[in-house]
Amino acid sequence: MAYHDRVARCQLIAAGFVAALLTVPAPAQTSVAKPNLNGIWQAVNTANWDIQTHGPSPGPPALGAIGAIPPGLGVVEGGELPYLPEAAAKKKENFAKRWTADPEIKCYMPGVPRATYMPYPFQILQGSSSIMMVYEYANAVRTVNMGPPREAQVDSWMGTSNGRWEGSTLVVDVTGQVDQTWFDRSGDFHSDALHVVERYTPVSENVLQYEATIEDPKVYSRPWKMSMPLYRRLEKNAQLMEFKCAEFVEELLYGPLRRKVTKP
Amino acid sequence: MNYRALMLLSIVTPIWAQHPSIEGIWNSASLTPFQRPVELGAKEYYTEQEAAVYEKNKAADLNRDRRDGGQEADIARAYNELFFDRGTKLARTRRTSMIIDPPDGRVPPMTPEARKKFQAIQERFAAHPADGPEDRPLPDRCLMFSQSGPPMIPGNYNDLYQIVQTPEYISILAEMGNQARVIPLDGSAHLPRNVQEWMGDSRGHWEGNTLVVETTNFKSNDRSRFGVQYDGMTDHNLHITERFTRTSPDSIIYRATIDDPTVYTKPWTMEVSLEKSEGPVFEFACHEGNRGLAGVLAGERAQEKRAAEQKGTNR
Repeated sequence: MAYHDRVARCQLIAAGFVAALLTVPAPAQTSVAKPNLNGIWQAVNTANWDIQTHGPSPGPPALGAIGAIPPGLGVVEGGELPYLPEAAAKKKENFAKRWTADPEIKCYMPGVPRATYMPYPFQILQGSSSIMMVYEYANAVRTVNMGPPREAQVDSWMGTSNGRWEGSTLVVDVTGQVDQTWFDRSGDFHSDALHVVERYTPVSENVLQYEATIEDPKVYSRPWKMSMPLYRRLEKNAQLMEFKCAEFVEELLYGPLRRKVTKP
Repeated sequence: MNYRALMLLSIVTPIWAQHPSIEGIWNSASLTPFQRPVELGAKEYYTEQEAAVYEKNKAADLNRDRRDGGQEADIARAYNELFFDRGTKLARTRRTSMIIDPPDGRVPPMTPEARKKFQAIQERFAAHPADGPEDRPLPDRCLMFSQSGPPMIPGNYNDLYQIVQTPEYISILAEMGNQARVIPLDGSAHLPRNVQEWMGDSRGHWEGNTLVVETTNFKSNDRSRFGVQYDGMTDHNLHITERFTRTSPDSIIYRATIDDPTVYTKPWTMEVSLEKSEGPVFEFACHEGNRGLAGVLAGERAQEKRAAEQKGTNR
């Protein structure tokens, strides 16, 4: 029996047992069995370098092997990204200037889905009325509204997330993202028309299968999908640590505006 | 108590762990001052009538839409009322200050060594207000805001918090600064001392109906973490104990005790009332939209350039 089925069954048995003894109704959230996605998760792949299959390549010479780009199998279903012709040209341009133009360089929030497969852990906190996803990278955070869906009131870096359960899968609909984020360090991009539908499905106690369907008619000729497993960080002392990278990009962003001390 | 009720207690208690929920969206905005005005002495609470008078006067005093102070005052009030959301009432306790201990409602004196260091820091920042980013206050750099805490001190706007609670963790997202603090409740030890964080390392536990959060491992920094409210200082010995108590369906009483023996001559405690709010909490992409810091530094360089040119012409 799959893990989530077992959990669901245990919860149903427990709920049934309690309900049989009580005339008091059980709280609404425990009457329907939902999987427990609480935990610290991380992708183990090279999608943040390039969501498509790629061989190794050199990075900035000064960094040697540390900066070299590791090879990796892609996460895009079918392999190809269905760029519209002008968008394909833009992606090429992004790739050419990736060492200065990738928003990750400036410590900007990564948007969805990139936040999920950055090489940093993130934590899911499943509350009773909403689910919070906290990312170690750049203090990025978003709250998934589990109540009646709310429309995005303004565009934001992490978008507006509305969630629902489909069986044991958490489905999150994300709209209202700014057009400033990329999908990877290779310049794959989107517009402000981006609509992402994410699916988080527990496949075992320590693995979630993650899927993101990307729809953006201004950039892509059809919706496409990426998928990857997310692994639970099993270290006993696993925790998110503070990575406020804004501090570490001050020299890059503001260095030229420093006071120059001229020697007498 | 009948048999069924006894069964209910014995089964339900372990399943639902019986901790109160502090989940939801909360607002800490109020007109309560951080420190008590000296003239109030040991007066801890306003009466209902005094509170009404205070609220009326304070709102009028703070009103930035007034145009009765001449040109200088008009410029100082350039951010008009539209930009502010500081509430129209005192905290529901009607306390005269956020600080509740010491009894005079004021931050206790610094130690002589800390005072000396603080004065030197102030002089340095006065002489070099914007040589580089690190000379600017932490909010200018999008690193820390008084609201994000700890301690979570209300400011002039964005005093909203979204709290999500699981059996193992509490996460407090402060709208100001867009910072989520994930607090483990498993009794685990703090990070090793060599790791220092702007928000510190928090661990929580329940004491009856109160969530107690201990935070250590703060980054030593020369800029105040008490925002515009009080120009104080902290160092890496800072230890903060926060207490969240759900006192009514609509409120949480939040207390924070600040213990920094190398800076303050004794610990002090502040109290804020968190009021239930509809929200929503918006994303505050501070760093992503930070044009201010570049503007401040560029402005300072332009002034230096002009001063140098004037010096040249005067010669």
